[in-house]
Amino acid sequence: MGALRRYASSTAAVIGLVLLLVVIAMAASAGWLFPEDPLSLAGAPLTPPFTEEGLPLGTDSVGRDIAAQIFHGARVSLLVGVVATGIAIGIGILVGAVSGYFGGAVDAALMRLTEAFQTVPSFILLLMLVVIFGSEVTTLALVIGAVSWTAPARLTRAEFLTLRSRDFVLSCRTLGMPHARIIFLEILPSALPPVIVYVSVVMALAILQESALAFLGLSDPNIASWGNLIGDGRRVLRSAWYVAALPGLAIIVTVLAISLVGQGVNDLLNPRLGRR
Amino acid sequence: MRILRLVLRRLSLSIPCLGIILAVLFFLLQLAPGDAVDALIGQMGTSDDTLSKLLRSYYGLDGSVVGQFTGYVGRLATLDLGLSIAYGKPVIDLILERLPVTVVLMVTSMAMAFTAGCVVGVIAARYVHRWPDTIISVLGMLVYSMPSFWFGLMAIVLFAVTLGWLPAGGISDLRAGHTGIAHLLDMAKHLVMPALTLGLIFFAVYLRVMRTAMVEVMTLDFMRTARAKGLQERAVLFRHALRNALLPMVTIAGLHASSMLGGAVVVESVFSLPGLGRLAQEAVVQRDLNMLLGITVMSSVLVIAVNLVIDIIYARLDPRIDVGA
Amino acid sequence: MTALLSIENLSIALPRGADRAHAAKDVSFTIDRGEVFCVVGESGSGKSLTAAAILGLLPPGVRASGGRILFEGQDLLQLSLPDLRRISGKRIGMVFQDPMTALNPLHTVGSQVAETFRIHTSLGRAEIADRVLDLLETMRLPEPRQIARAYPHELSGGQRQRCVIAMAMALEPALLIADEPTTALDVTTQAQILGLIRDLQARRGMGVMFITHDFGVVAEVATRIAVMRQGEVVEQGEAATILNRPRHPYSQALIAAMPALRPPPYQPSTAAPVLSVEGVHKTYRRRGRTVAALKDVSLTLRRGTTLGVVGESGSGKSTLARCLVKLVEPEQGAIRVLDTDITRLSGSAWRAQTGRIQMVFQDPFTSLNPRRRVGDLVTQGIAMRGIRGPDLKDRAEDLFRLVGLDPAAIDRFPHEFSGGQRQRIGLARALALEPDVLVADEPVSALDLSVQAQVLDLLASLRRKLGLSMVFITHDLRVAAQVCDRVAIMQRGEVVEEGPAETLLTAPTHPYSRELLAAVPGRGWAGGR
Repeated sequence: MGALRRYASSTAAVIGLVLLLVVIAMAASAGWLFPEDPLSLAGAPLTPPFTEEGLPLGTDSVGRDIAAQIFHGARVSLLVGVVATGIAIGIGILVGAVSGYFGGAVDAALMRLTEAFQTVPSFILLLMLVVIFGSEVTTLALVIGAVSWTAPARLTRAEFLTLRSRDFVLSCRTLGMPHARIIFLEILPSALPPVIVYVSVVMALAILQESALAFLGLSDPNIASWGNLIGDGRRVLRSAWYVAALPGLAIIVTVLAISLVGQGVNDLLNPRLGRR
Repeated sequence: MRILRLVLRRLSLSIPCLGIILAVLFFLLQLAPGDAVDALIGQMGTSDDTLSKLLRSYYGLDGSVVGQFTGYVGRLATLDLGLSIAYGKPVIDLILERLPVTVVLMVTSMAMAFTAGCVVGVIAARYVHRWPDTIISVLGMLVYSMPSFWFGLMAIVLFAVTLGWLPAGGISDLRAGHTGIAHLLDMAKHLVMPALTLGLIFFAVYLRVMRTAMVEVMTLDFMRTARAKGLQERAVLFRHALRNALLPMVTIAGLHASSMLGGAVVVESVFSLPGLGRLAQEAVVQRDLNMLLGITVMSSVLVIAVNLVIDIIYARLDPRIDVGA
Repeated sequence: MTALLSIENLSIALPRGADRAHAAKDVSFTIDRGEVFCVVGESGSGKSLTAAAILGLLPPGVRASGGRILFEGQDLLQLSLPDLRRISGKRIGMVFQDPMTALNPLHTVGSQVAETFRIHTSLGRAEIADRVLDLLETMRLPEPRQIARAYPHELSGGQRQRCVIAMAMALEPALLIADEPTTALDVTTQAQILGLIRDLQARRGMGVMFITHDFGVVAEVATRIAVMRQGEVVEQGEAATILNRPRHPYSQALIAAMPALRPPPYQPSTAAPVLSVEGVHKTYRRRGRTVAALKDVSLTLRRGTTLGVVGESGSGKSTLARCLVKLVEPEQGAIRVLDTDITRLSGSAWRAQTGRIQMVFQDPFTSLNPRRRVGDLVTQGIAMRGIRGPDLKDRAEDLFRLVGLDPAAIDRFPHEFSGGQRQRIGLARALALEPDVLVADEPVSALDLSVQAQVLDLLASLRRKLGLSMVFITHDLRVAAQVCDRVAIMQRGEVVEEGPAETLLTAPTHPYSRELLAAVPGRGWAGGR
């Protein structure tokens, strides 16, 4: 409980948590508040916000309800964020742990692979994967996860490199403990905090990448996502800039919330840095 | 001499790296439903076996995967990336045509983000945990949360549509027909918004790194030595802290070179710049896998080149870098 | 004549939330020209912060809350920061503990030494360069020209510390503050640096404030002494008086805790060897260079005895310890525990046998997994061998009793224990498997003197009780004299001399052993237990 209280002592972290809960609530209530297909026509095209009852945020260039798209878009962003992050962190921890613990040739080989993946611009690789595997939204989440594992891997490896020569790990080896047990039960718990903090970065980037793909018109066109809406708004930018502006604000709020929560967790796990 | 050895070693490391990249990409292409020829034939609306066989041998897509791979690597050595199916031109020509815009965009953004990140980061570190630091951190986080394409669109609304200060897109104003210096100035004007847009998120990253690095350097023992020598606070900051804090900054700049190139795809699209990123987007739309492969390979080469330059800068800053045998 | 430096009723306040309110309370002493004033104390005594306060180098949040620091007639606490910096480096020089981190890694040492001149004088570039070379030569650095052009990482610890001293001495200050200047160095290097400081002090007639935790060092250099405990000066006076007739109980205890360099009479053992090391070689390859960490090392340990392995950093003693528990694989040679050559065992065969040879580690703060309860830590080894449930708990409590800890504490976490207690827990963990051989890698070097004495006593009693056979790795000849029957001296990967502790520590034959013995600080002083 002390941890919760310490988290609550940071205003920024609390704001982040509240914003994140709001976004989650939006995603959860989308089907209930906007039961209709968000991509169906709801009114006259380009109805400005706050002018018509029932269409609080107006309509886009073909007359679809912007508010409905934003609420349903929250589901897409969160889904992509969670799935992609899970995959990226999972691969990253595995690669980083094995690489850092064993060192030597194993490390060299895995690090070459990591370097290769870091050299290819991940967004361009993403474009290629979208062409190959299609742009269905779950595929998209998997693919984004598959290009985002390098940073968590490096982070985990760095932690393992320092921890593996700590005396407490050596003592486990002298007690005859098997490698797998040392890696996952002895070292990993100590190596996790910085990686957990990094979860927020991976998730924020995943959401941004999905929205960028959608903005370029390369995401799933059959779902309501924030990026799709901005891409649509771009075509009417000069006459109705709010179509692009509103979903952008939703992205900012979501990413900001994730970053703030990440920061709060960081201060919690590394109290040394948080203290003045 | 030390630098030369460093360059040679980095190059020798980047060749296997490029090899792995190519192998992974080839493996992925095998998973694609249908190849470029299928896409082409699909566009033509026919289904003729002899035609597709002919086209496959023309584009080098017949034979085994291994054969295709070795063939591709062999041709790559002579900078031959094959033909673009969508454009019917050699991929390398298309890439070289588009590359300069992307390079200029990247270099400008990086320089702007790096410089601004340093300056603002130092200021934040100077007032760590006090209000200027808090304001800077909040702004940084806000900037970091903004999708670059959205920022770009909003900048267009404000600076191009409403205020009319800057052009909304393109690399130069063709109708004006500028030459010489006027042409360069015109291009610079076209680049202001794209470079800012691309650089913004990296500015937020650099700013945070610089702040942390400065705060950390300030606690190191040699800072105390410098003070004990009688150095005044400002000199301690500039002579001893700054250069040490730049080391993680340079490392981060290297790590972000590839994501910057990825970001360029989106920014080029927002501002209709004829760069590599736009080419990639077109390749996706046309399902031109061969061109996409070429772009991916060449952008990796570009990233390797940028990292080489950054490694040299790092080695110049830090005498401890052991370039080894 | 007024004193050079006089500290009057100095108090230093710690930030809120620290374990106590003051780092120093009402500290008063004076330092005269031409004397070496030693401030002695254990960690947390406030000695280093007192020194830092003089030049306004207190860490953020810590501040001098009362008293005066008078130097050449002005109160340094009243000076503005820029004014104080005009005195730092010019009239007062300062040398720090760790030469590895005291220099900026990105500038050549020459330019860092020159900086002192650039700050405080208007000398020209060429003249400064000359002065720097002179200075480095005075510090007895070979090839000053090359040293000046070198970066810190290219120099050894001793060379770096000479450069730091050069920096502090550049403008011939009236006062030199040396904060544990030799603690991070090897003994032979320490002896050289102490000699250098003594010489410079005598030649220039400056006052030296010397901070240390080591009474041996005090005996080498001090004219006068102040003993500090928990921020207060408990006793001060002439060096000879305090060293030989301390009045305050704390000073008495500290001096009594100091291991004497007098090994007990040798009792030859006829027991069978329990461990034998035969012709072991180990080389490390780093970036194309190969370094021989162990060269043809052969040693024998008889049952129930203790073999000391003594050496400075880089001697290979730690590598040897790691080979003994198979954390490092030697390229050549055999390591036999009773009849088994452990170098030939496969990974899984070894895991089944690790109980036969166990290790106690140096650093009590990293040797226990911070996320596990200490009871679990101690019994991890036996738990893996199939003992479960209440039996395990009983064993944990027994082990805690064995090493002198409260058995009720087995459910706590490592951070709730002090350094000495943690070292006892590490010992309990190693003893849990009832090993034939115990390897102790510098088990007391990270501990304060008083705690060190307790742990050494515990080891001695366990040895009697359990008949332990032990390999004891240390850099400290005094500690070796306390616990070892035989001693092997290592230098650059080789055993240069091996023999009974009594002979080796009184009449060594190898030149290096002699040098090592001569370098032990305070050897001439008869203090200690």
